[in-house]
Amino acid sequence: MNWHKIYGLSLRHIYLIRNSFPRILDLIYWPSVQVFLWGFISEFFTVSSSYYNNTVGVILTAAILYDFLFRSSISYNMMFLEEIWSRNFSNLFIAPIKISEIIAALTMTAIFRTLIGLVPAVLVAIPLFGVSIFKLGIPLIFLLIALYIFGISLGLLVTSGLLRFGPSFENIAWASLFFLAPLGCIYYPIEILPNILQIIAKGLPLVHIFEEMRNILINQTVNIAQIIKSILISIIYFAVGVMVFYISYYGAKKKGTLINIGE
Amino acid sequence: MNIKVQNLTKKFNNYLAVNNISFTLEKNKTLGLLGPNGCGKTTSIGMMLGLITPSSGKVLINDHNVDSANRNDLLSRMNFASPYIELPKKLTVRQNLEVYGRLYGIKDLKNRISEISTDLNLNNFLNKNTGELSSGQKNRVSLAKSLINKPDVLFLDEPTASLDPDIGDFVREYIEIYKSKNQITILLASHNMKEVERLCDTVIMMKEGKIVDRGTCEDLVDRHGRDNLEDTFLKIARSKNELA
Repeated sequence: MNWHKIYGLSLRHIYLIRNSFPRILDLIYWPSVQVFLWGFISEFFTVSSSYYNNTVGVILTAAILYDFLFRSSISYNMMFLEEIWSRNFSNLFIAPIKISEIIAALTMTAIFRTLIGLVPAVLVAIPLFGVSIFKLGIPLIFLLIALYIFGISLGLLVTSGLLRFGPSFENIAWASLFFLAPLGCIYYPIEILPNILQIIAKGLPLVHIFEEMRNILINQTVNIAQIIKSILISIIYFAVGVMVFYISYYGAKKKGTLINIGE
Repeated sequence: MNIKVQNLTKKFNNYLAVNNISFTLEKNKTLGLLGPNGCGKTTSIGMMLGLITPSSGKVLINDHNVDSANRNDLLSRMNFASPYIELPKKLTVRQNLEVYGRLYGIKDLKNRISEISTDLNLNNFLNKNTGELSSGQKNRVSLAKSLINKPDVLFLDEPTASLDPDIGDFVREYIEIYKSKNQITILLASHNMKEVERLCDTVIMMKEGKIVDRGTCEDLVDRHGRDNLEDTFLKIARSKNELA
């Protein structure tokens, strides 16, 4: 065994991590997010294990809706990453396309990718677990719209990071949704969160979407105001996402990353 | 279309990549952009294509700033090929040409793909994934993509790098023939001096971000008292900067 060679090879990876803040962040926050998410879930079941007693499938419905959000955001990022991985980036940006056209194309294509992944899962859940997200009725459409808008908004924000900082931002792309999961109150009510985090969580559409989902399934009532609020908050995030994308695009042009991204 | 580069400068943090360069590329002429690695050729091309924002100076294409409101109109009449930029590997050659044909708004795309595929001998692998092609095949596909819109201005960054002499010669000959049949302005960045002598009307020599000499290939060879462009290149690359 040649320790110089082992050390040399280790250095290659240590340098890679040291040179990239997103990679360091990625290493730190994954375990933290897991602890937060499952800590809150555990606490909820310890304190109020009877909450779901009469409502079979609330957790699975939440999981399916969360996956819809996850897929829509990841689809968005994936399409952009595909361009980076295939080193096609410069070809794309010298073609006569407007930024708004790129955003629109990604937004439209993301829904297909999302549905391709989601529809089989939704259909399998019906015979396998007796759980159908269609029990949510008409509000399901609006909850999905809110989730999709928020999903692609996150996609836009991560894509902006890829545009500005290059492929090293890729890890954030994969982890962006898990980062928000603990605050999104997907599997537990907002009351489980500490007060300070509740304030932050209310700024996310996820809380309103998943609270409403539980409200419909458990209380059999529909809170239209909550649904509208979730869509409006999602639209605000989308507008911010578009703005950040434009800023990143002009930043990337200034920094020169459009011509050598992926290298 | 003509290109006017006026006092173009690009600074990345403290590094001066392109230092106040100016030149004009006349309509239907071919200009060679030469210089050692890292001399600012790619950055200059990036600014001409609107991919990089200059720190100062401007690029005028037919008297319009490349970063102006009609950027898309200008880009629809330009194109770029480089071995360092690839097309999606999981798409077939035909699919790639179709995608880019649509991005460039080509009418009668089917015929255009058929025409360019025949010209560049792509027909045998049109339905093959681009990632499965050899370097020579990929290079021709990249050239096909860059000509799909019949551009008025074509930027070529080392179009024959890593090609065997046979394919390299095919590409050079194709560019020559294409130029003789079409009205096209070409900017060619290359390290292949024979290629530059064969294709370029005039040449610009860059070093450390500056233009250090310019003229026809013959002028440069005579001025520096060398036998050919390669020796001239070496002399300039190894000497102290002298502004043209």
